[in-house]
Amino acid sequence: MFGDMQSEWVIGDYKEAVLALYGSITRRVFYTEIETPYPDGKLIVSTTDKNGLITHVNKAFVEMSGYTEDELIGAPHSILRHPDMPAVAFKDLWDTVNKGEHWQGYVKNLRKDGGYYWVKATVIPNIRQGKVVSYTSVRRKPSRTKVNECIQLYPTLL
Amino acid sequence: MPYQFTVSPDFSPDHLSGWYIFNTWLQKQTGEAIHLEMYDNFQSQRNAIQQNNVDLIYANPYDAAMLVRENGFLPLVTSGIADEAIIAVNADSPIADVAELAANIRVAMSEDPDVRMMGLIMLEPADLNASNISIIGCDSYVLVAKQLLRQDAEVGVFLAEAYDDLSNIIKSKLRILVRSQISVIHHALMIGPKLANKRAEYQQLLLNMADDPKGKDVLHSLGFETWVKVEDEDMEFMIDLMDTLAI
Repeated sequence: MFGDMQSEWVIGDYKEAVLALYGSITRRVFYTEIETPYPDGKLIVSTTDKNGLITHVNKAFVEMSGYTEDELIGAPHSILRHPDMPAVAFKDLWDTVNKGEHWQGYVKNLRKDGGYYWVKATVIPNIRQGKVVSYTSVRRKPSRTKVNECIQLYPTLL
Repeated sequence: MPYQFTVSPDFSPDHLSGWYIFNTWLQKQTGEAIHLEMYDNFQSQRNAIQQNNVDLIYANPYDAAMLVRENGFLPLVTSGIADEAIIAVNADSPIADVAELAANIRVAMSEDPDVRMMGLIMLEPADLNASNISIIGCDSYVLVAKQLLRQDAEVGVFLAEAYDDLSNIIKSKLRILVRSQISVIHHALMIGPKLANKRAEYQQLLLNMADDPKGKDVLHSLGFETWVKVEDEDMEFMIDLMDTLAI
């Protein structure tokens, strides 16, 4: 399941944008100003294959994204891409993990209903028998101070 | 020379005799001489692992990466009980949310490395980390609770299971701010290189344990209902997850 968002999924007043994603793919998205607070004590966990297609999600991922597990498995991780996130952040992410290193950053994610949630994300390559076989991303509750810094910084990188 | 078995030093004191009973059961079932060595702290246990003195270990998840990736250990089973952490305050504390906590607060916590890690992660939303809080190390979770009751610490970090086991009187004087719901971090029984060729045999004995009345009694003495098999990939996944949380 991956394609343009549908306006009927969206709750509340929305804006529209067309995202240019990796591999010349574009996606029309609808987004609102409604924030879903990150749930205390939970981790959002997902794994993707080497092409960035989701192979595993935990319950918190499903709850926060608004999609069903069936909709998420096989979709590109960029299903969560919010138009306020600068592309350079994701380039840095992939450049880093492709070198076999950990990436950490603050990310504004887009929900199926057009709302958003901020996370502190850590992405690591899963190395088995010396080879990168997949990537795991773990998100935790970010500090509001860091989120506010990103709200100031990210528009300057768009 | 008998093989050496050891248990993560964060075991509940109530289960100390249970581990000796389990070791006796294991020797009887396997026909091997196995010596149970209980270390006082994580560092002395890690030193023993590095000196190749340990052959079987009920390991803290924090040490799983070292055991698998540096010392050639393989997972056998887990109790199926996930390690979760709790951030708690004195019931009279004005703090209602972790985000209200300020730098330089006093945080009481045990030495348990996975609980410490989970606790520090749950303090991050308040911009707190090990460098801007004052950590009060405690030998037990009852002592963490005492630090809160005496108001010698503003915050306590608990293993959730240990918090739940505190007396009702103590719990009535404390208040939970956050309980982790991570679900996939757990202790595991792991087997070392010298016993690696017996892995399947040990695994099967452990998985059958709950089906035998005596085996079930031994499990109960550890506070467990059964053992659950840990696949290699399950362990790798947990190690990867711990890696993401350690930074």
